[in-house]
Amino acid sequence: MAQKQFSGVTVDVNDEGYFTNSSQWTIDIAKAIAIEEGIQLSDKHIDVLSFIRKSVAGGAALTIRSMGKSGIVDVKEFYGLFPGAPLKKATKIAGVPKPTSCI
Amino acid sequence: MDENKQYPLKKVCLICAKGSLEDVYAALVMTNGAVMEGIEAKLFFTFFGLDAITKNRMNSLKTGTLGNPAMRMPGGLPFPSLMGVLPGVEAGVSAMMRNQMEKLDIPPVDEFMELITAGGGEIYACKLAMDMFKLTKEDLSKHVSGVLTIGDFYEKCGGLGTQIIFT
Repeated sequence: MAQKQFSGVTVDVNDEGYFTNSSQWTIDIAKAIAIEEGIQLSDKHIDVLSFIRKSVAGGAALTIRSMGKSGIVDVKEFYGLFPGAPLKKATKIAGVPKPTSCI
Repeated sequence: MDENKQYPLKKVCLICAKGSLEDVYAALVMTNGAVMEGIEAKLFFTFFGLDAITKNRMNSLKTGTLGNPAMRMPGGLPFPSLMGVLPGVEAGVSAMMRNQMEKLDIPPVDEFMELITAGGGEIYACKLAMDMFKLTKEDLSKHVSGVLTIGDFYEKCGGLGTQIIFT
């Protein structure tokens, strides 16, 4: 299993950089991953990340649609916060597995 | 070009010429899938595909129950072709399909288009087919960015790493 260092802490990741142990995640680590992805985390980002972590912990399969219905962001804002591939980027920064959804 | 170099997909341009539920959804899933991956995506509807962007038709698309050898009864038994001609069967089968999709968090057509355009994807209508079916811009969904000739559409499909997909 691969390991990666973020702000002085070593975490377990898979070869795509997604956490394999979600409990190793902290806000500081999230900030460090976000910078690698070219994103400066705002409070809004952190709200989205908390929602993602809570949903995934509850066993939900994340989709772009479910993010739009989160009550935190609409779909357009979600794309604005995590430009490019928002679901992939946001889950990576949130320290949860890469979503397998097509939607 | 260097044969060993990888050229990632940068843009997909899709053309949907059919108006049945499954054909339209295939195009929508592929377009939205590209947008989700950060790939530029443009979707062009022509001929019967225009139903997918016509306001009063887009949310009641049907799946054909005739001439579809892959059609099955719930539970997997063969679907007798003769049944497909009975009134209401096509509507019933289509409602079941939509219901099943909703369970998988696949949105209705207009909401799906909203996801696509919110992420920067673009949806276009074919001018020639619009003229043929006597449709005007007012008949179309608000998610349609414009009415184009195929030449206009090709102009938007340039660039290295672009693929055109006809569904």
